[in-house]
This record gives sequence, C-alpha cells and structure tokens, in this order.
Amino acid sequence: MSVVSRIGRIAFLATLVAPAALVPLLAAAAAAPAKVEKVAIDNFAFAPQVIVVAPSTTVTWTNADEDPHTVVATDKSFHSAAMDTEESYSFTFTHPGEYAYFCSLHPHMTGKVIVKG
Amino acid sequence: MGHDHDDAPEGLNRRDLLSRCAGWAGTAAVYTVAGGIISSVGLDAASAAGKRSTRTKPFTFVQISDTHIGFDKAANPNVHATAAQAVERIKAMPVKPDLILHTGDITHLSKDDQFDDAKQILAGLDVPIFYVPGEHDFLDEGQGRAFLSHYGRGTQGLGWYSFDHDGVHFVALNNVAALKPGGMAHLGDDQIAWLKKDLAGLPSSAPIVVFAHIPLWTVYEAWGWGTDDADQALALLRRFGSVTVLNGHIHQVLHKVEGNVSFHSARSTAYPQPAPGAAPSPGPLKVPTEQLPSMLGIRTANFVRGNSPIALIDASFA
Repeated sequence: MSVVSRIGRIAFLATLVAPAALVPLLAAAAAAPAKVEKVAIDNFAFAPQVIVVAPSTTVTWTNADEDPHTVVATDKSFHSAAMDTEESYSFTFTHPGEYAYFCSLHPHMTGKVIVKG
Repeated sequence: MGHDHDDAPEGLNRRDLLSRCAGWAGTAAVYTVAGGIISSVGLDAASAAGKRSTRTKPFTFVQISDTHIGFDKAANPNVHATAAQAVERIKAMPVKPDLILHTGDITHLSKDDQFDDAKQILAGLDVPIFYVPGEHDFLDEGQGRAFLSHYGRGTQGLGWYSFDHDGVHFVALNNVAALKPGGMAHLGDDQIAWLKKDLAGLPSSAPIVVFAHIPLWTVYEAWGWGTDDADQALALLRRFGSVTVLNGHIHQVLHKVEGNVSFHSARSTAYPQPAPGAAPSPGPLKVPTEQLPSMLGIRTANFVRGNSPIALIDASFA
C-alpha cells in the first residue's frame, strides 16, 4: 500500500470514528469555510476544477480513473506521487493565494485551488 | 478482423501489397485492403524514387507498443498473457525480424517488478529490442530514473538515441518527460538540438524511421494526443525523401501522410482506447471479451529497398 493511499485512508477513518468530537467543530464550520475539501479525479478531469478554500484547509484528491494521475503544482510547490485507481493525495494550504496545478502525465488536465483568508 | 493474421501466405501478400503500392505511389493515400489483411501502407518515398544509393537491403522489423505490464483492470485483467501472445506471433513470423521497436508504456506504473516482468516476457524473442518510454514508464518519483536504469545505457539526455541498420537511420525520441501544464507531449530544446546534430551528416536520400510514444502529429488536442513542439523536429526531417514516424499511446491504428513524412499509430498489446472524442475520456475501453483480440496486435514493417516505401502490416490477435 503506497503512502498516498494511506493518507487518504487516515483522512477517511478520521471522519468515521470521531463524530462526537467533531460536534463543536461542525458548529464552527457553519460560520467558517470547511477545513477539509475533496477533489475527484474522474474521466481525466479534476472536479471541481476550481476550488475556493480557507487557509489551513486540507484538500484531498482521489483518483477514480483506471489510468494513474498526478497532482503537480505549476510552481512545483507541491506534488503527489502517481495515484493509481482509488489512491489519494492530500495537501494542506496554509497561505492565501492561487495555486494552479496539473497532471504531469496528462498535462491537458489542469485545476486550481484558491485560498482566501 | 479474422483475416489479418501474420500467417503462412505472408510472402505472397507482401509482394501483392508492394505491386499494388507502386500503383498508389505519390497519391499520399492510406492504403486499405478490404477484409483486413493489410491495414495500411505509408507511401513515403515516392518523390525519392530512383535517387537512392543501393547500399540498403531488404529486412523486416516489428513494432510492439503499450504492453502496460502491471495493468489489471476490467479492460484486460491479464496483460501478461496478451504480451506473451505478441511474442508468440513474432516467433511464428515466416521471416525473422532483424529488430523490434517498443514504442513505450512498457509498464503501467514504472515499478521495477513491472520492468522485470516485461523483460522476462520479451526475453523469449531473441531479437534486439529498442525502447522509448511512455508516460507510464516515467511516473516514478525519480521522473524516469527507473526506466533509465533499465534501458538508458548508451542513450543521450533522458533516453533519446539513434542507430543505423542496413541503410536505415532509426531515431528514438522521448516525448513524455517534463510535460508542461495545459500542453501536450513535449520533446524539449535539448532533444531537438541533439536531433539537429544527429541528422546533420545524413544525405537526404537516407530512409529515416522515427519512433516515439505519443503521436508527433496532433491527433486530438483535447486529450493531449499530440506533441506541442513536434513542428521543430519535423522541420529537421522534411528534407529527407522517406520519413516513417511510428508511435503508440493511443492504442489504435491511425495514419496520416504529409509529403514525404508518414505517421502511424499502433495497437497496444494490452487494451484498446476509444477513437478520438468518441468517449468522455481516453481511459481504457472495455469491450466484450471475445472482441478484445481484434483490438490488440502488433505491426510488421518490411523495408524492401532504398526507393520503395516501408510497408506496414498491422495484424490484430483475432
């Protein structure tokens, strides 16, 4: 099992096992943007292609295709390993800004994370 | 597709093909025989006819592509078996090929055990195999280090090289490294500079075979099926009387002729992909099991003499 997959699983388990502990966080989340966001990789496209998040949000990409894909920042500030089917990659965005990224295997696949304070 | 075997009457078919081919010379047409014996011929040497030296002699070579060792999804759960089928087809050829070109995606995920499995399957051939990487062979964290550790010895840059065989100049290009966002496949300035030097000393009468993974002509930009700086390479190739460009990547037979340059995409031995734009994405195409062999295959190339086109025969496993 690869590292990227494990990260995906841990994030998934965390949402399953701690509903009680999350109640105060959920109340806060109603007022502030969520701190966890998901982007699907499906049919050779990132969905949503553009995502707006608050600082400190962790974005998780999961590959639903039978072809491997990557997530690579255009400015190289972050990059995943190749994700095979159902594998995931997570990155936490701390600073406001626009982060363009693409799949380095299929560079016509592009996306953007906009971090707004 | 039941008739396009590479079986016994092959020699006859080839002669037949060549005589028909002469009738078509100069028309820049893709040649198709009804019944599927021969899918196409690149008519790439018409204008050079009669100008060549006679130093070349006939030989046969084979192109295999996109073996995707390690792929195990529904489109073909047993890519080892279909790669082995390619080996059996080549061993059964009436004329032993002088060499084999593998146009990339040897593996599915660039893993060492997948490269090792591919070598083991193809080791049964006892014919020199020349490789170029596909993007699936270049997706390790080292961005190609795994491929280059297996196949990079004696190559330039990120795995490009050339060699001569019986008067034909073969050029192996890597267009899957350092791809740019929003773009297609890419050769890069270093490789194009090398190509310029490599071709500089050759007479324009030299037959050229270029092989790379992703098409060097734009098949379908929305799926990235093209090479964004291919024009620079093609400009260097245009002075030659006969240029045959072979690629894989799109897992289907497609051809295009542009003057003296002909482009040919080959079938995969692993799984088919949709025709350009015929599906929401270019992912593996699932077909009924009995239909799969007709969509996988190998390509035989017959180089007859300096002033004849290289005759390509795409044979499916059906």
